[in-house]
Amino acid sequence: MTYDKLNTSTPWQDLTIGGNIYDAGNAREFKTGDWRSQKPIWIEEKCTQCGLCFPVCPDDAIPVGKDQKRKDFNYDACKGCMVCAKACPFKAIEKEV
Amino acid sequence: MGIRERLSGNEASATAMKQINPDVVAAFPITPSTEIPQYFSTFVSNGTVDTEFVAVESEHSAMSACIGAEAAGARAMTATSSNGLSLMWEMIYIASSLRLPIVMSLVNRAVSGPLNIHNDHSDAMGARDSGWIQLFSENNQEAYDNLIMAHRIAEHKDVLLPLMVCQDGFITSHSIENIELIEDEKVKEFVGKYNPEHYLLDDKNPIAVGPLDLQGYLFEHKKQQSEAMKNAKKVILEVAKDFEKMTGRKYEFFEKYKLDDADIAIVCMNSTAGTTKYTIDKLREKGIKAGLLKVRVYRPFPAEEIAEALKNLKAIAVLDKADSLNAAGGALYEDVVSGLYNAKATVPVVNYIYGIGGRDTKSDDIEKVYNDLQEIMKKGTVENPYRYLGVRGDK
Repeated sequence: MTYDKLNTSTPWQDLTIGGNIYDAGNAREFKTGDWRSQKPIWIEEKCTQCGLCFPVCPDDAIPVGKDQKRKDFNYDACKGCMVCAKACPFKAIEKEV
Repeated sequence: MGIRERLSGNEASATAMKQINPDVVAAFPITPSTEIPQYFSTFVSNGTVDTEFVAVESEHSAMSACIGAEAAGARAMTATSSNGLSLMWEMIYIASSLRLPIVMSLVNRAVSGPLNIHNDHSDAMGARDSGWIQLFSENNQEAYDNLIMAHRIAEHKDVLLPLMVCQDGFITSHSIENIELIEDEKVKEFVGKYNPEHYLLDDKNPIAVGPLDLQGYLFEHKKQQSEAMKNAKKVILEVAKDFEKMTGRKYEFFEKYKLDDADIAIVCMNSTAGTTKYTIDKLREKGIKAGLLKVRVYRPFPAEEIAEALKNLKAIAVLDKADSLNAAGGALYEDVVSGLYNAKATVPVVNYIYGIGGRDTKSDDIEKVYNDLQEIMKKGTVENPYRYLGVRGDK
């Protein structure tokens, strides 16, 4: 049974026992960004692509392309911890007001 | 034909574990179950078994190690008593809710305090709502037989619940009695291999065990446990049938001793059943129609079947070797009475709390219960159903 078929309408007969998860790597199916209390904004003009922000993100919410450059935030995963903003030497990440 | 031996209840349990040869045993010594891991560790060091023995630093760790092992795909066993089970408390609920069929030998002892190392059922009764199957054993033979049947029940795909086999601390755990053991090969064949469908060490099919389970799910998962407990009733009887084919020894939810034509009966568990049978034989010689219903399967509780067996009696006494301290009656009493109520039976039922902290319960005490039952039978009602049997100072 694939996990994305199980939800809060699934009857008990169809749920896995003990809530076991039989599909590995299913975390990406969950949009957890709605827990976010603060929102970082990327100011692309100030960004030098120094690469200091994405390694510190606990949720891997800063996508990096094959060109080794960071892209805009993945807000489906970002919890708004603002660690990236602290790490940025160029003030290229600001808190949304 | 089996092997005639003389073993204590602990030796019998350790022998069953040796023959089962589980993958992992994690245990911490506590009186009166200490001998079980002690004997078992000699089997490990002698190479008699292939088991990984984990000498943990507490019972909380013992149960945690069993949970880890079982989730990994191993067959795990442990043994404990009393406060050892108390220290496992958090983890016994994890074991049952993660549906891990761990098997435990519980040698019943009073839960402190004040400090007491002797037998009553307060440890097992504390765990009665934890989602474990609980089998009770009158003597060393039953403790052994119940353990041999345990994995077949617990690991059944319709069950997948942990199971504890109870016996009375010291009274049976340390008494040497005759026993008939089953040949090693027969046990091996009967118990079979443990082949879980999903397990953590299956690198082809990675799984996650024990995730966050909030308002949207825990209710349904509890319902699954409830259904598994109901399914266990069928499986327990099926396994008992196969066991009977192998050994000739018959097991059901409960044993009826001279019950079918009885007017009055005692309901009890574990070793007190032996004393009760002896007393019944004496009373029968005097023409008193006394009987016994000895509960073997306490969880799942065979409420309908027990009510069916008791409903035509004229008076019943339920003996609880643990007080629920609820100012109303012991746990076994309340379960039996609920079953009788649903069966619309009006037979009067009296409850005796007895044998607490290892207080010896002699045939005279049991005879007193049957005398009281004769009075109750005459009156047709019970005035004070919640009683202490033989406690000093009671009028």
